[in-house]
Amino acid sequence: MDQLTESMITIFLNDQPFQAVAGASESLLDFLRHRALATEVKCGCGRGDCGTCAVLFDGRMVKSCLVLAAQANGKRVYTIRGLGRDALMANLQDSFIQHGAIQCGFCTPGMLMAAYNLLRIKPTPTRSEIRQGIAGNLCRCTGYQKIIDAIAAVAGKTAFVSEAADSLDSPNPTATDQEKAKAGYLLLGGG
Amino acid sequence: MKDRVIGQSVPKYDAGPKASGLLQYADDFTLPGMLYGKVFRAKVQAAILLGVRTERAEQLPGVHAVITAKDVPNNNLRARFGQSTDVGGQFEGLYRVLAEKEVRYYGEPIALVAAESPDLAEQACQLIEVDLQPLPGVFDSVGAMEPGSRQVGEKPNNIASHFKIRQGDVDQGFAQADVIVEGTYRVPYQDHAYLEPESGLAWSDDDGTINIRVSSQVIEHFREVAEILNLPHSKVRYLGTWIGGGFGRKEDITVESYLALLAWKTRKPVKLTYTRAESLLYHCKRHPFQMEYKTGATKDGKLVALQARLISDCGAYSALSPWVLLYATVNAAGPYQIPNVKVDSYAVMTNTAITSAFRGFGAPQANFAYESQIQKLAHILGLDPLEFRERNYLQTGEAFATGWIYERPIPLTELAQKAWSGLGPLGSAEGGRKLGRGVAIGMGSYGRLTFLHDTSRSYIKLELDGSAIIRCGVPDVGGGQGHILCQIVAQELGVPLERIKLHITDSQLTPLAGTTTATRQLMMSGNATLKAANELKKRLLIKAGQLLNVPIENLIITLNRIEVESSRKEGVSLVEVINRLSGEGEELFVEAQFNAPFTDIPASEVLQGQTHPDFTFGAYAAEVEVDEQTGQVQINKIVAAFDVGKALNPAIVEGQIEGGCIQGVGYALFEDMAIHNGVIQTPSFAEYLIPTAVDVPDITVILLESGSGVGPYGAKGIGEPPMVGIAPALVNAIEDAVGVRIADLPVTPEKIRMAIAQKPEGKR
Repeated sequence: MDQLTESMITIFLNDQPFQAVAGASESLLDFLRHRALATEVKCGCGRGDCGTCAVLFDGRMVKSCLVLAAQANGKRVYTIRGLGRDALMANLQDSFIQHGAIQCGFCTPGMLMAAYNLLRIKPTPTRSEIRQGIAGNLCRCTGYQKIIDAIAAVAGKTAFVSEAADSLDSPNPTATDQEKAKAGYLLLGGG
Repeated sequence: MKDRVIGQSVPKYDAGPKASGLLQYADDFTLPGMLYGKVFRAKVQAAILLGVRTERAEQLPGVHAVITAKDVPNNNLRARFGQSTDVGGQFEGLYRVLAEKEVRYYGEPIALVAAESPDLAEQACQLIEVDLQPLPGVFDSVGAMEPGSRQVGEKPNNIASHFKIRQGDVDQGFAQADVIVEGTYRVPYQDHAYLEPESGLAWSDDDGTINIRVSSQVIEHFREVAEILNLPHSKVRYLGTWIGGGFGRKEDITVESYLALLAWKTRKPVKLTYTRAESLLYHCKRHPFQMEYKTGATKDGKLVALQARLISDCGAYSALSPWVLLYATVNAAGPYQIPNVKVDSYAVMTNTAITSAFRGFGAPQANFAYESQIQKLAHILGLDPLEFRERNYLQTGEAFATGWIYERPIPLTELAQKAWSGLGPLGSAEGGRKLGRGVAIGMGSYGRLTFLHDTSRSYIKLELDGSAIIRCGVPDVGGGQGHILCQIVAQELGVPLERIKLHITDSQLTPLAGTTTATRQLMMSGNATLKAANELKKRLLIKAGQLLNVPIENLIITLNRIEVESSRKEGVSLVEVINRLSGEGEELFVEAQFNAPFTDIPASEVLQGQTHPDFTFGAYAAEVEVDEQTGQVQINKIVAAFDVGKALNPAIVEGQIEGGCIQGVGYALFEDMAIHNGVIQTPSFAEYLIPTAVDVPDITVILLESGSGVGPYGAKGIGEPPMVGIAPALVNAIEDAVGVRIADLPVTPEKIRMAIAQKPEGKR
């Protein structure tokens, strides 16, 4: 390993530690796709314009192409595959499926992340607030309408939304399962 | 099983895997020892290519191959775009894999590199040197038509293609007209801007077969790639992936000929994925058109003559330009009854980015012009724009401008009225902005040109436990092209959707289904699958009839069962019937072929008679608010009304209309591709702005089901037609709001502001 241009990075990816060497200028997106093979994180532009690479990073939604892998060292990263057992995300995924909100599907992982992030911050958004909440994520297939319908359908009916928000913001990625449970983590489903 | 699955908005086959993140797109696949491909491109618009020096790149450690034109077994092909019918020179573009002897456009591929990392491939490209002798570029398509203009391609002039329509006598027609309006309309380049950039992964088998896993709308390109490599067609195999958006761009070959060459040369797996900048700068676009129109009507509101001259810029290679031009020509007069029509259309070569297929395929361009003309005539005649249209819509049994007598319903009156009334009560504009409304209609074909003799094949196998396997080489761009086959099988054979396995896009193992282009798959592969299902159904019913001792006319298939229609308790399980047949040595599988309506190849450039299997008709109404000070447009509402024949899955159909509408909104208002002397200046989504969720309104979709389509169950195609009609509806609404009419798309705030500033005093 060239110490000047590379470093060893450990991230907590979907609650599992993952370690690999990353280049100094390597984005978190490249690290996730090429090193961790987390291919559910998509690359639509690589420069922050499209939102297909959105992940939860340290409790916040980010476009992973705009974060350096090195910045993620020691941090918790969730992709949609890691949130599959989270009640809010599962509801959103099901709602996207039921509403026909998925056409080519390439924007879907990022779009779901934006929807999840929005509902954590604002559990009952108006339609216009939903539009604002996903404005950083491009979709070329749907015209956004069915995506907004899908999000609106979940918005009304998830009382557990704010609790999910707390759990993911937990600052200690190495917490034991017991500690996580205490922190309300296991809204993620017990694991 | 009447309408149990068909007609229901059941979730798509691929929706679950896409929502979970498990579905793999082209760039998500990797193979051990994989190399990374990169394309080295010209940084000049027009030049003589004197030489390419690749030694330094080849010597870079980690570089496995550098390929230039001399290494390509067959570098110059006549492209036939997937069809098996030879339709003559007028339709064939020269397709060059890598530049040789000359460079015709900025970004033209000159060399290919395969290296052990993307960075190394990039470095190798920087070590390639080219000797160029620059040539004067030809950038203006209208000027390029003039005699004496420098020749861009190999034809004696720059006109790649020319079509005509001659109907009646336009001079006589205009002599009868009380009002004649003339106008010149310009429509711009448009980028497909799908979210998944072009991508693929190729490898060579133990026997030298080249396998290409690629995001492509046309797996039949395996033949063209084989010809590039001088291999038998049987030694190139496409494994198409689920496509992250296509809209026509993935109809032409994208990365796969490069991948095949690199995998063939290195005998190693090679991946090539374009960056967004490569995709935006170098891939083909929608054709810009300049359209000169002259339309005449009598004072009682009857159209009497239309004359049009359409000029499209086809860029440096013709690609699909002749076909796009043909569609534009067929659409030039729209769905109106006009006794005298004269159209001349030209595709002109320039040293600019290649233009080719894009949703609508020539129809949106012509639609903007003919609908703008209609609106202007209505104003001058003092007629309500809807009523003026109603006096002139083509009626069933009347002929299009090509002379094709159309025997199906044309419910444009109803569609336009529904769209218009769907806007509801007039809103109120905020902050001194002006409110306006507009309506426009359109038509879009579905199915490939009838003289291409289009076919599709599909295979169904019923398993012993009553589950089903479908194999069909149908590329799925996200519009439910694959899924709908499952719905058809579930409907006809009583198999639950979740027990159907679908195999798509293996050019050697799935029956070839043709291209996912031209809004053809529902009609073609839907009908092929329905035909296969019906053959299986017949065999099941015969056996069930024997078992139940009931005539087969009295039997129906329900979920997992075959029952006596009049006494539903009497019946037999599907599994039992399948097993009885299997026990007798009769396996339940069928491969069926559907043939589209066929016509003869056009004898000349004058288009006559039927060209397409059918058309889909629709109407849009829009309400906008325009800020007179800034020219900013806010769209409050859009209503879309389409006759879809039959909505086999209404959510999918609505999704096509909503998505096509918003792509059309981008075309009409936002998407402003800057090109300077043939070089695109908008390399990212920060410069090339496609609509975001906050830029667009909710859309009300009204579906009319005439049952008159050529597709299964009377369905019409709906993939491309929603791109047609929205641009003129918005321009009409803007004119209604602020009294200025823009003839050049996109209608940016600057254009509106300038037009308001130049408006004569006193006019609204």
